[in-house]
Amino acid sequence: MFGLKLDMACEIPDKYYSLEDYEKAEPRWCPGCGDHSVLTNIQKLCREKQLDPAKTVFVSGIGCSSRFPHYMKTYGFHGLHGRAFPVASGIKFRRPDLDVFVITGDGDCCSIGAGAWVHAIRYNINMTVMLFNNEIYGLTKNQTSPTSRVGTKSNTSPRGSILPPINPLQTTLGVANVSFVAQTVDWNPAHLYATLNAAHEHKGFSFVHIVQRCPVFQPDLVDEFTSGKDAFHLIKNENGIVLDEKAEKTFKNSVEHDHTDINAARHLAEHENGKFYLGLLYQNKEAQCYDDYGAHNLGFTAEQKMSVLNEELDKRAI
Amino acid sequence: MSNDTMTTPAVKSQNTKAKIIGEHILEIVSDSGEGAQKCGQSFASISAKMGNGVWTVEIIPAEIQPPARTREGASGIRVRVGSKKITNMGNEADLLVAFNEQVPYSRIVQNAYREGTVMLLESKWATHSSEEVKEKYASAVEDFKRQGIDVREIPMEVECLKLVKNPRKGKNMWVLGMLSHVYQRDLSRAEEQVRYVFKKKKDEVIEANLGLLRAGYQWASDHLDLIYEIPVLPTEEKLVVMNGNEAIGMGVLAAGIEVVSMYPITPATSASHYLADVLDRAGGVVHQAEDEIAAIGFAIGASYAGKTAITITSGPGIALKTEFIGLAAMAEVPLVIVDVQRGGPSTGLPTKVEQGDLLAVLYGQPGDSPKVVLAASTIEECFQFIVLARKLAETFRIPVFVLTDANLATGQQPFPRPKAEKDWFSPPIDQSPWKEGVKPFDWNMETGLSRRPIPGQAGGIYTLTGLAHDENGIVSYNPDNNQKTSELRSKKLATIKKTLNPPVIHGEESGDLLIVSWGSTLGAIEEAVDQAIALDAKVSTLHLRFLSPMEPGLKEIFKRFKKVLAIEINYSDDAKAPYVDEENRRYSQLAWILRAQTLVDIDSFSNVKGQPLQPKIILAKIKEELNIK
Repeated sequence: MFGLKLDMACEIPDKYYSLEDYEKAEPRWCPGCGDHSVLTNIQKLCREKQLDPAKTVFVSGIGCSSRFPHYMKTYGFHGLHGRAFPVASGIKFRRPDLDVFVITGDGDCCSIGAGAWVHAIRYNINMTVMLFNNEIYGLTKNQTSPTSRVGTKSNTSPRGSILPPINPLQTTLGVANVSFVAQTVDWNPAHLYATLNAAHEHKGFSFVHIVQRCPVFQPDLVDEFTSGKDAFHLIKNENGIVLDEKAEKTFKNSVEHDHTDINAARHLAEHENGKFYLGLLYQNKEAQCYDDYGAHNLGFTAEQKMSVLNEELDKRAI
Repeated sequence: MSNDTMTTPAVKSQNTKAKIIGEHILEIVSDSGEGAQKCGQSFASISAKMGNGVWTVEIIPAEIQPPARTREGASGIRVRVGSKKITNMGNEADLLVAFNEQVPYSRIVQNAYREGTVMLLESKWATHSSEEVKEKYASAVEDFKRQGIDVREIPMEVECLKLVKNPRKGKNMWVLGMLSHVYQRDLSRAEEQVRYVFKKKKDEVIEANLGLLRAGYQWASDHLDLIYEIPVLPTEEKLVVMNGNEAIGMGVLAAGIEVVSMYPITPATSASHYLADVLDRAGGVVHQAEDEIAAIGFAIGASYAGKTAITITSGPGIALKTEFIGLAAMAEVPLVIVDVQRGGPSTGLPTKVEQGDLLAVLYGQPGDSPKVVLAASTIEECFQFIVLARKLAETFRIPVFVLTDANLATGQQPFPRPKAEKDWFSPPIDQSPWKEGVKPFDWNMETGLSRRPIPGQAGGIYTLTGLAHDENGIVSYNPDNNQKTSELRSKKLATIKKTLNPPVIHGEESGDLLIVSWGSTLGAIEEAVDQAIALDAKVSTLHLRFLSPMEPGLKEIFKRFKKVLAIEINYSDDAKAPYVDEENRRYSQLAWILRAQTLVDIDSFSNVKGQPLQPKIILAKIKEELNIK
């Protein structure tokens, strides 16, 4: 007979998690900040995937976006500036049952945490990483970030910043064992959701670069982004991030791209002629996951551990 | 080849009788890479297995391949071996094996030898092709003799060449054979040791080294009139022998720790080498992080997720880890941190001993950051304190430091075989379902203790933060909350202190002088104090294992002595130095804390010469303090 077994038919989850089950404190981000939009979409993602809040951990560093874990009704770790990656790696290393998300900002990731960032890419531990890049330090009130464009005026570069910005996509794509790189924007919910969903589906270090506006300290960027609609090109690939027709129509331009081709991905990451390519730039499903090694010998009993100790002591017995 | 190739034939007598001695100190010094340490470690292991007391100290240059035949490039080992338990490196060496005539000078400046010390010196330099080398050799031999050193020139390489093509590899095993005869070691045990040392090598390598060992033994029997016998005291006790870093590694096994997160740093790294080899079989993993900061961050992440974790480092690593240590204290994440101390500040003396991190460990973080600090004083305690630290960290939800040092790290000493208890390996926390309504920081207002939830426990959901927070883990800038939670974190130390016994005094309960100390100086200080007591000095010593919280009753003990003196290996101003007065004198680190805690006028005596304290230096200080001639 086809169909479900009788006993399976009744297997309805004991608990259905609704959006409220993931909502904690009222976010204290500024009105108009894109962080709100990411939070909403993440909560939606959690509900769609019915993630167990007790087995979901949001890890962050320090900065505006790093307040994120406080607004999720899941486990959270709001740690040190620039150090979300080592903490998240330690959490996931021997807990394959946990779903780990990392929230980091452009200062947190690309400046103080740059060393940890590079190595986290290489470890390729299974986690969903969101880099909120608004190209400015917000929480400490308007300082230049390593991703600020040349000429950015801030409290630390009142005459305009002079160094070219770090391109987080290029940097990520330059590290050995990179496995997933995508780019999205905070003001297009459909694309944002689809991108986060694809990142979560990927096994490995899924890096999502979220282009953002800071309504308080980067008001000029807002104009640039909105008036520069032509700048945004949708990456299309039937095996990549696929939008529905309606959502696709929000983009004027698109480009076909093979996300298994790292050189092509690096080319798109260049932002040549001021173009931003949104979607999946690169994916390698075969990359080595360090957490597979980390979890290769779980669950030893006290007796097993004791017997190794006794063997080792015997080797040094007189 | 006959003996006429030797410049000065070593005296040989068929009727040499063994001289029975209670103990001996021998040193082997060579250029780096000639295997002096492997030779000495093997000699120590053989001696320990025969039932002798043993203590070893490695002499390590900071570079991997320093220039050959230089004084500063000396690499080697000291082995003190005796009938009874040996607790420290002792004073001057009785016998020295030198692979060239320059390396002993690095030890002469450390006062490592005395008149009458026997030097077994490689003689090949006497016939070297370079006139300069020959001259240097001849003048050094003259110089050694002038200093009263009993120089015996030994054709080590000439003898080795009879068996192998490249004597640079293998000369150490020939020397081991020679020493095995001199000290009447069991040749079969020595052979067993050689097989163990080269267990990963091919059979022909093992055979070649066994050949050299036997040849060295035979040569000594035929040519040397030195035979010492160090009787073995019978013991029923089962013993094990290892160095301090291996003991840390075994402590990690014994504590059931699953995550060892480290970054390479001298002199701590060998603990992780050992663990990288063995932990995999014991249900754990060593993670080599990208830097010291990430190493502790990773360990904290693992601990937060309910896995027992440790990070192992040395002083410069502690400096880098400071911010995360503060987070672990603030957010109450259990963590064990091992600091194998070396000379500081900055890069300092990477391979040498110092007890200079005490204040940094205690007070290194901005704000108040209570933590437990234990200091191991023996190899055995390196093992035991890891097990203890893990329990304290879990129970009190607090970072726990275990301080050791470069002396303990490479020193070998036998100790009673630990009896593993099943409880040591229990999972980190009670993982039964979290009771609905119990807060993630459900502090007991008297003790500061609270249970912690881990991810996976429904009902325990919270966001850990380094910001000030309330019992729900919610960020709180409330003034009274910050005062209260600071008190609660601090109270945990007072609570631990209530569980501790007063420390045991070595010597009389009262007297003229009390020496207070911590860490690896234990053996040398007790030995010196015992010698002083034999001279009728009213001196006792008190050795501390807990440095935060301190063991109770110190003030009361101190009051029973006319004077209290802290002796340790870190910097202090000499009270008589120019411009130094009572108000600006900078005391040694333990003295600072004890003065503050007890309001007793504690003096300090310390140095930072990068070597363990010799008992004779301590004895001289006691005599000076008590006017004993």
